[in-house]
Amino acid sequence: MAVCIAVIAKENYPLFIRSVPVQNELKFHYTVHTSLDVVEEKISAVGKAMADQRELYLGLLYPTEDYKVYGYVTNSKVKFVIVVDSSNTSLRDNEIRSMFRKLHNSFTDVMCNPFYNPGDTIQSKAFDSIVSAMMVQAS
Amino acid sequence: MESLTLTDGEQKYYSDLFVYCDTDNTKKVASNGRVLDLFRAAQLPSEVVLQITELCGATRLGHFGRSQFYIALKLIAVAQSGLPLRVESLNSVKDLPLPRFVVAKNEQEARHTAMYPDSENQGSYQGVIPRPPGRGQVKKLSAHEVIQPCVPTVEPQLQPDTTSPVVSPHQSPPTSPHWRKHKRQASGGNVERQPVVVAGAVWTPFREPQAGPVVSGDGMWSANSPPPVQESWVSLKDAHPPSSSTLPAIHSSPVQENSSIRTVASATTTNETQRQSSGGYDDPWKITDEQRQYYINQFKTIQPDLNGFIPGSAAKEFFTKSKLPILELSHIWELSDFDKDGALTLDEFCAAFHLVVARKNSYDLPEKLPESLMPKLIDLDDSAEVPDQAPDVGYSGSPVEVTPNKSPSMPSLNQTWPDLNQGNEQWETFSERSSSSQTLTQFDSNIAPADPDTAIVHPVPIRMTPSKIHMQEMELKRTGSDHTHPTSPLMAKPPDLSEETKLATSMKFVTANSGDGYSSSDSYTSDQDPITSVVTRQRSHSGTSPEGLKVVTAPPPPPPRPHASHSRSSSLDMNRSFAAVPTGPQSAGVVAYPPAVPPRPLPTQTSGPHSGHRSDEGLAAHSTTSPQQIPEQPNFADFSQFQAFAASEEPSDDGEKHPESLPVEKSSEGAGPLRTVKSDNQEERAAATVNSAKGSIMAPPPKPVRRRLKSEDELQEEALPLKSNVIATVLAAQPSIPRSVGKDKKAIQASIRRNKETNTVLARLNSELQQQLKDLLEERISLEVQLEQLRPFSHL
Repeated sequence: MAVCIAVIAKENYPLFIRSVPVQNELKFHYTVHTSLDVVEEKISAVGKAMADQRELYLGLLYPTEDYKVYGYVTNSKVKFVIVVDSSNTSLRDNEIRSMFRKLHNSFTDVMCNPFYNPGDTIQSKAFDSIVSAMMVQAS
Repeated sequence: MESLTLTDGEQKYYSDLFVYCDTDNTKKVASNGRVLDLFRAAQLPSEVVLQITELCGATRLGHFGRSQFYIALKLIAVAQSGLPLRVESLNSVKDLPLPRFVVAKNEQEARHTAMYPDSENQGSYQGVIPRPPGRGQVKKLSAHEVIQPCVPTVEPQLQPDTTSPVVSPHQSPPTSPHWRKHKRQASGGNVERQPVVVAGAVWTPFREPQAGPVVSGDGMWSANSPPPVQESWVSLKDAHPPSSSTLPAIHSSPVQENSSIRTVASATTTNETQRQSSGGYDDPWKITDEQRQYYINQFKTIQPDLNGFIPGSAAKEFFTKSKLPILELSHIWELSDFDKDGALTLDEFCAAFHLVVARKNSYDLPEKLPESLMPKLIDLDDSAEVPDQAPDVGYSGSPVEVTPNKSPSMPSLNQTWPDLNQGNEQWETFSERSSSSQTLTQFDSNIAPADPDTAIVHPVPIRMTPSKIHMQEMELKRTGSDHTHPTSPLMAKPPDLSEETKLATSMKFVTANSGDGYSSSDSYTSDQDPITSVVTRQRSHSGTSPEGLKVVTAPPPPPPRPHASHSRSSSLDMNRSFAAVPTGPQSAGVVAYPPAVPPRPLPTQTSGPHSGHRSDEGLAAHSTTSPQQIPEQPNFADFSQFQAFAASEEPSDDGEKHPESLPVEKSSEGAGPLRTVKSDNQEERAAATVNSAKGSIMAPPPKPVRRRLKSEDELQEEALPLKSNVIATVLAAQPSIPRSVGKDKKAIQASIRRNKETNTVLARLNSELQQQLKDLLEERISLEVQLEQLRPFSHL
């Protein structure tokens, strides 16, 4: 269960960001922002083999004492960032991957919507429901 | 009864009403039921109605005669004007407005089911759009066409009004909606009301330049037949100010679609009545045939091919005309684009249109697509067949067929299915996260089926790193034939396994689907997981790797395994080092010449691990003897054999002595293999080896001690079985040392010499093994580098 989920556009501005503890949400915003650096670093490490060989799932970007940050980049340089609580040790890599996969799917659905202008913040209910399902419950 | 004087308008109006209530056609008595309905429609409190009834004398008579009826109506007018109900007021009040009757929808339906032929229907026929139970009532009421026979305007037109009811039935008797229309006709003001109501539905295509209001009775009549059909979109323009100018727009457009709509209208009423008789609104989201026909026509304007798609952009333009907020349109799109392809099929388009219409009617959009709006797999038939179809039949089949296709890819829809099959109230207000818990539970339950890729067997992610694989391979190689190691079958084809694992890992590198530890490279050094489990996991992963493959077109082929030769590097090197080692006899004793294993950095090992091998053999043989018999075995020196061994140093001799060694080895219970080399023991072991070399018969007595040592060696048993065997053979070359202890110095010196030679041999072996180790490490590094290149993604 994620504590914070964010979708960052190619130009590194947030398309969607939601965190569970609605108080000090700013902390998560900051965390996501700093994680972008790590994401950039990982993307640039691709080197000779360009995106086709690069894996979408970036894995653990960096851990802090309170939580861990995972990253995922699509081929169009849209980044998904998930922040999970460090105390939640039961969360495995598989599950993180599946969460990212679901995010990617629902993001694709949002993109397919002709009423969605790329670059707008994501306001889709379906997307919201998917994200809510992945977030920690009522903490 | 007091005499009642009515104005002409009132007279006419009342007579009409009486006729309306006169279901029995007695022309004298109005039926009570109808009258009471009418009175209820007057929107007066029930006690007032009772009072009126009483006043007019109906209670006395028990029925409503014409006079009573008229009195009642007058009293209603009085009451509605706010005047106290007095009998005297009947005649005293002048210029009383005509009584107003607003009919609620429910009453309308009740009347519809009754199928009254009378045209004077005061209700608004709004049956086409399914009404939300109770919800739209209030709204509808506002939209209800209040029969407002305004005195100033009505009266001059009452004539047409009264005549119109007579006329209209002829024009379109089967369509009940006309009734209202007829009433509407009453006033010029009502004319406006009509178009307001009707204009709702036709917002998109009917945005035509609007001419002046058309007010002609007959014209309106003819044009009214189609508009009533479109009453379903009645209150679409609720919020919109009535504009008479819209009427001609409506009229012009209905004229366009008159033919189709007329035919549909006639069919619709039958359907309507059927539907209504079947029970009101069982499915609020059902699309009626006429609606569907309308949608189909709209679809045709965008996309002539009914089996084709409307691209997203065209749909966007079309629905933007509805003036709904983009957010709602976006939500409608998400609901209606069933296959998420960015285009609308006919069914999807109809669903979307229906949702737009509903939204225009101020219905809240559902969170999930209602069942009746689910697109059918089979495209909707042409309009000719539409009226024949019961709306239910068409939709029922689709969800079942559509869902399974969707389920893997759309977990959100998976969530909707359980709800949808329950029918009715499926829309919800736009509460964002109120149902999150519900969706959460469904989400969890759908994790497994929704993600076939995560159906990976093991619970713990495998750290698949090259070094790990390598080490596993080395482990495999090290596990000797002696062991019924689970990996022993793998040993038979370690290269295959390594290929497999390598392939698996490489595939895992590139696929995100395999849930395994590609990202775990950071931990590879730390993990010393039980190799067997890892190996078995590898196997399972090999099984799952095809899944991963599907994402990546072609995983980079694993580099040609230099290890193919090198994987058995130890063995090869061993072959090299023991060039003359007759693998034949050796293998006879040695199972498959197990690939030599670089010495494991075992805690117990200090130096010259390999030197321990040979000594281990002897040690094993001697385990008991060593502590006990070392000082006692100066005479064990079987120098001849030992020297032969030392000289040849080749397993050829060992081969000769192999049969001897075999019993030795066996007696040693194969404990030999290892390298517990404690330097302090080396001497003992050397002695032990000498002893063993000497003594062909290692009596059982040493066994217990052997076992003790064996326990020491157990750790290292897995490693270097080859070595052990070689050493065994080597050691076995030495004739078993007789138990008898020779005390003579010569024996001691001989033994010392022998030991030294053994030492040298072992030292050489050690160096060779070290060399092998270095080679292996280098290979490992090179492999890792290759891996890094293949997987050009740095890990933390």
